[in-house]
Amino acid sequence: MSVIILFMAGIAAIAGWWLSQQRLAAKPWLEEGVIADWREESPSSLAPAKIGLGVFLAVVGSLFALFISAYSMRMSMVDWRALPVPKLLWFNTGVLVTSSIALQWAHVAARRNDMDGVIVGLCAGGASAVTFLVGQLLAWQQLSVAGYFVASNPANSFFYLITAMHGLHLMGGLVALGRTTAKAWRGADMTRMRLSVELCAIYWHFLLLVWLVLLGLLTGWTDDFVDICRQLLT
Amino acid sequence: MVDVPYDATADIPLAEVGEVELYHPRSWWTRYVFSQDAKVIAIQYSLTASAIGLVALVLSWLMRLQLGFPGTFSFIDANQYLQFITMHGMIMVIYLLTALFLGGFGNYLIPLMVGARDMVFPYVNMLSYWVYLLAVLVLASTFFVPGGPTGAGWTLYPPQAILSGTPGQDWGIILMLSSLILFIIGFTMGGLNYVVTVLQARTRGMTLMRLPLTVWGIFTATVMALLAFPALFVASVMMLFDRLLGTSFFMPSLVEMGQQMKYGGGSPILFQHLFWFFGHPEVYIVALPAFGIISDLISVHARKNIFGYRMMVWAIVAIGALSFVVWAHHMYVSGMHPYFGFFFATTTLIIAIPTAIKVYNWVLTLWRGDIHLTVPMLFALAFIITFVNGGLTGLFLGNVVVDVPLSDTMFVVAHFHMVMGIAPIMAVFGGIYHWYPKVTGRMLNEALGRFHFWVSFLGAYAVFFPMHYLGLLGMPRRYHDIGETAFVPASAHDLNAFMSVAALIVGFAQLVFLFNLIWSLFKGKEAGGNPWGAASLEWQTPQTPPGHGNWGKELPLVYRWAYDYSVPGAIRDFVPQNEPPAGSLAQGAQP
Repeated sequence: MSVIILFMAGIAAIAGWWLSQQRLAAKPWLEEGVIADWREESPSSLAPAKIGLGVFLAVVGSLFALFISAYSMRMSMVDWRALPVPKLLWFNTGVLVTSSIALQWAHVAARRNDMDGVIVGLCAGGASAVTFLVGQLLAWQQLSVAGYFVASNPANSFFYLITAMHGLHLMGGLVALGRTTAKAWRGADMTRMRLSVELCAIYWHFLLLVWLVLLGLLTGWTDDFVDICRQLLT
Repeated sequence: MVDVPYDATADIPLAEVGEVELYHPRSWWTRYVFSQDAKVIAIQYSLTASAIGLVALVLSWLMRLQLGFPGTFSFIDANQYLQFITMHGMIMVIYLLTALFLGGFGNYLIPLMVGARDMVFPYVNMLSYWVYLLAVLVLASTFFVPGGPTGAGWTLYPPQAILSGTPGQDWGIILMLSSLILFIIGFTMGGLNYVVTVLQARTRGMTLMRLPLTVWGIFTATVMALLAFPALFVASVMMLFDRLLGTSFFMPSLVEMGQQMKYGGGSPILFQHLFWFFGHPEVYIVALPAFGIISDLISVHARKNIFGYRMMVWAIVAIGALSFVVWAHHMYVSGMHPYFGFFFATTTLIIAIPTAIKVYNWVLTLWRGDIHLTVPMLFALAFIITFVNGGLTGLFLGNVVVDVPLSDTMFVVAHFHMVMGIAPIMAVFGGIYHWYPKVTGRMLNEALGRFHFWVSFLGAYAVFFPMHYLGLLGMPRRYHDIGETAFVPASAHDLNAFMSVAALIVGFAQLVFLFNLIWSLFKGKEAGGNPWGAASLEWQTPQTPPGHGNWGKELPLVYRWAYDYSVPGAIRDFVPQNEPPAGSLAQGAQP
């Protein structure tokens, strides 16, 4: 459970930092009148949707941190046999990076009021995300052809479970992306597009980050990393 | 009063929300059924939660009948008894209390109390309710599938939860896990709304430290729930894999009926960690909103400002943070390392500090207050007593050496019913009696309310207080029939029968409450906008019940905290949050 505890400590640090800005030591019983609060003081106020996405990412983050916790606990049992990681995953990772870059491109284009660039970025991002998902399915197929079925070993079970969870989150993102693209196609107002595109890009970068962490976990790189950290500490 | 840099006479920009931003219903269906108005969604949540809660109440009757008069009711066999236990626990904790506090009270009160027109994502909010309803329907459907609902206990511990000896192994457990997954998805949608609305949609002048404690409680509980429910989600998904695909996340090697099962190597303890990582914060997810509601009820009905507002806020936040590092105190008998037990016992006892601060502050708020013993106040007082009672037995069970012999006895059942059964329900009732006039425009009947209170409160004590003694005798929980044992004297059976009769009476008192809810809707006394003389913002709406958009053309401006009661020199004994300071030339300065 150390992974989720670390994650929660991170969340607590952010929440604590935020709370420390909120005049929690104020004495409201002595204060009368309209007090300006942080939302008015800060020059760039965040859109509610952006905060909503941030909170959602914390929830998704805790979900994956819990999967990783369960993974590391189950891994230490004797029956664990690591499975060979299909080469295809490296290709898929590249595709997902491309997808993220494309959405970043769309985000930049939206800031420059370049509607064509936005549409190109969104479509490229969506297409490469779909390619990634197809690639993941192919990786599953390769594994099951090689005899690594979902129930034959806990390592396999976790591989299918975690990749499926990540894929499902990406599919949810594709729904939002599809709606944004449709809006862009119909020629929506640029100021509103800008926010939608930015939200998609943030979500994509987050899922890319999650995927890189999961890839490290599934390939066993994280173990080496943890070992090195442990050696440094002792 | 201290001078705070503000200029009430200067032009304060009106906090106006353009009409386009507010969603408008176009037909009967979108106004009352697929409504995006948080107030309608709140009522939908409350009714659904109460309906499924009534099912759980009937299940508790059946359990009590069996415990009080074993062998008399032939239609309750051992399997059914286990199914009743499981469904009663799961429904009460998750589908009733969590949904009612956050989906019901949260949806209704947050926008009104912070001075918003609605939740920030109304469409997602609507979706949240419908997914919740689906979860409830999937749960209820388990009563009608072959094999019936699961009988694994509300903790659903593997391996027994998915083995053939447990009732509901075919369909019950699958539907239960699916229902939990749906509930969590639905809750996450609602939870995002509550959090972002509190963060972003507060009206002008409503700083965090001016929020009523109800909002603080619901807000913190929602943040906790958003972070804790994924653990239950992960556990449910992995158990579904074990059950449906034959994986071995939680399932160790087993021999069943002489046959080696296909499972091997899994860790039931892993499930317990995941489950309680959700399960312990869950206790505070239902307790923190109750804390908040009680704070507001006590302050309003004792006509006194809440004592130690800042401490109350800090205590809520501290409890929220600490509750994530105590989960393994539910697992003392799982064979954990003694140092772990020591660590978790310590953190558990530390939580008693902020909790005790809250209790002292409630008592100090009452101290020399002008206490009106209204029905909400009665329930608030009952909450404090019950919560202290359950909290003290929590100190017993939080210590490893005391917990080990008491584990799996009726003492545990008595403890958690006091602290997270009776106490939060007292807060729910108090809240309903308090806010019903705002929701419907009519008062609940006072005489029926007093009857409901005294029967429920005394009856609940008649059920659960003696249960502690049964636990100390060693009477185990979850047993269908205790039979003849050396350590349980005959008098314990008489006590059980007494408790069962009390439970039936308490249950019938709830029917009186239901009658009151419906009867007062049509025949209750007209309440007016602010029958209790409360200062917080939800009582200052231009219409009662509040209209669509809550406020008139302009959002209210907030000039003070929510607890200005019996202010010396003020004309009335309360000063509403949106009343400009005396002497200011701002519009509407007349008291």
